[in-house]
Amino acid sequence: MSDDIKISIKKLYKIFGDDPQTALEAVQGGMGKAELLEKHNHVLGLQDINIDMRAGEITVIMGLSGSGKSTLIRHLNRLIEPTSGSILIDGEDVLAYDEERLRRLRREWMSMVFQKFALLPHRTVLENAALPLWVRGFKEEEFEGEATKWLDRVGLEGQGSQYPHQLSGGMQQRVGIARALTSNSPVMLMDEAFSALDPLIRTDMQDLLLDLQKELHKTIVFITHDLDEALKLADHLVILKDGFVVQQGEPQEILLNPNDPYIVDFISDINRARVLRVRSVMEKTTSVPEHSQGEVAIDDNLESVIAKSGGATDAIYQVMRDGQQAGIISMKDLMKALVPTEAATREVR
Amino acid sequence: MATYDVVFSKLGLEDWCSQGETSGPLSMKDLLARTRGESETDTSIWEVPFPSMDALNEACSSFPQSRELTKGLENGFLSIKDSLSIFLDPLTQPLSWFLDGALHVMLATPWWIVIPLLLAVVQLVTKSWKLVAFVGISICALAFIDHYEYAMQTLAIIFVCAFLCVLLGVPIGIAMSRSDTLQRFTIPVLDMLQTLPPFVYLIPLIFLFSVTESKLYGIAIILYAIVPVIRLTNLGIRLVDQDVIEAADAFGMTDRQKLYRVQIPLALPNIMAGVNQTIMMSLAMVVIASLVSAPGLGVLVLRGIRNLELGVGLVAGLGIVILAVILDRVTKMSLARINASQKN
Ligand SMILES: Nc1ncnc2c1ncn2[C@@H]1O[C@H](COP(=O)(O)OP(=O)(O)OP(=O)(O)O)[C@@H](O)[C@H]1O
Ligand SMILES: [Mg+2]
Repeated sequence: MSDDIKISIKKLYKIFGDDPQTALEAVQGGMGKAELLEKHNHVLGLQDINIDMRAGEITVIMGLSGSGKSTLIRHLNRLIEPTSGSILIDGEDVLAYDEERLRRLRREWMSMVFQKFALLPHRTVLENAALPLWVRGFKEEEFEGEATKWLDRVGLEGQGSQYPHQLSGGMQQRVGIARALTSNSPVMLMDEAFSALDPLIRTDMQDLLLDLQKELHKTIVFITHDLDEALKLADHLVILKDGFVVQQGEPQEILLNPNDPYIVDFISDINRARVLRVRSVMEKTTSVPEHSQGEVAIDDNLESVIAKSGGATDAIYQVMRDGQQAGIISMKDLMKALVPTEAATREVR
Repeated sequence: MATYDVVFSKLGLEDWCSQGETSGPLSMKDLLARTRGESETDTSIWEVPFPSMDALNEACSSFPQSRELTKGLENGFLSIKDSLSIFLDPLTQPLSWFLDGALHVMLATPWWIVIPLLLAVVQLVTKSWKLVAFVGISICALAFIDHYEYAMQTLAIIFVCAFLCVLLGVPIGIAMSRSDTLQRFTIPVLDMLQTLPPFVYLIPLIFLFSVTESKLYGIAIILYAIVPVIRLTNLGIRLVDQDVIEAADAFGMTDRQKLYRVQIPLALPNIMAGVNQTIMMSLAMVVIASLVSAPGLGVLVLRGIRNLELGVGLVAGLGIVILAVILDRVTKMSLARINASQKN
């Protein structure tokens, strides 16, 4: 994983309405979403968004319905124009692009997967998967191999000649993903790509995405309103509320140190043992403990450690990374981490 | 003395009124009054006429009568007719050629070529042997009672006009779907074309073109029948799933690619529904257009009415019904095939 910043959003504002500039001044003067709607009859879509997305990482943007997730992701390929702010991709200002350059960005740099799949109903699965190629002017015999390759990769061997309506929802979304992959773009935008699927299929698709990511190292911007999904996929998690970023950072970090009652509420129901990993809870030390009960891997989740301990609350384990000790974890610390951040919780309630 | 004298004297227009004393034809009422030898008496409040042009003319002869309105329209029309013809004539001339050509080809080709050809087309667009059999039997029945030529004339006119309707209507519909302003201006025109009784717009057409030219009825049919294909093309494109359009944009399609590869194919069921209606309306109009010398089954219907030849009119009417059923079934069937191939 490199540390290059692929996409950088700076001071982005979006206001929907007839006269966004005037409303923008009001918002920059500190007016909130509800007040803006009441006094100016403008909808505050996004306010003061600053996000850096690293190349090869999955950045998950999470928020409740209406928090502005779709609006934000559509700014990246300029399906929506911002009211103010800047968007840099590989250091280039996307907002300065002319039509031709923007089209190239959409064709070669960014692909998108949609919640409602948005496949062409009158084209076969193969033609759908090959869409990014025929849009660029390739002929059937040129794109067939490439599209088939990606269809096979997402588990749709031999379905190329079907029509989308003949496939189940999960399979249709696989076509959607194959279509995004065929474009061979370094950036992939996914707007609630799995939200329309039922839970089991959804888990399958998440695993598929993680699998693909291990191999392809794309820069993925993934939108969801589901915390479990966010925690499973995210390298970097951005939490959005009413159009502004409440908190962003490493997901484990956010879980352990939520900085806002909104987030505390959000995370209060999740299974922390399954989501938290040893690395976030361990004590960093290279000194070998006296009564070590054994070794655990640094990326194991707490649940597996608890299972290993068989309920013993005084056990201590060595935490190993690449065969070397990176730290130790005691069951006492582990148990403490399982309680939702007490202090923060008490402040709210 | 007339009821509204007072109005003009109050306004101080008596001088202007008296200038026109002698001019103007006698109004109908005056004439009747004079022949009956009645003298004008004061009218009671129950008999006060509406202040119409004629009533005001009675009080003030400089005021125009309503007949002058229609006369003015007529004169206006006649005066622009020549300049209008200068560019309308060459513009519409190809229509005459198309119609005459189609009629000629349809009749000059022997029946044993035309009928199989028609059936082949039916099979091609509907893929239904049942329908082919139905069409075959219907046409042969018409031919058997010696209505083949008339039916083929009607068909030829419909083919040409419906084809031109699609050729013109689809681009207009597409343009409308892209611009809300254009849509706002076009819809009232379409409404008018659809609500005006066909007889009414035959009138200016007769003035503009000579009745012997085939383009006269061609234009009448096209004006009448083009509306649904425009409307439904516009509607169909506007109804294309916004998510799909967004995907097309997100993958960097040009407007052209979006139009030809996404919008038109997805709007096709609606466009075809428009084509179906357009064909049915051409058929309705081609019968009426026999009044202005359009050949075909309509001529026989007209003969039935004019000469009170009951049988001729009824049989021709039956022929029209058969053609209508054939055209409707064939277009509906091909529409159903398109629908089946792209359901969601
Ligand atoms: N074209 C528009 N005109 C006016 N307001 C809009 C427009 N598009 C979005 N909004 C508003 O912006 C806000 C954010 O909408 P957005 O669709 O981005 O939310 P979201 O987080 O994607 O929600 P969901 O989970 O329901 O998809 C909402 O309040 C919405 O009403
Ligand atoms: Mg959304």
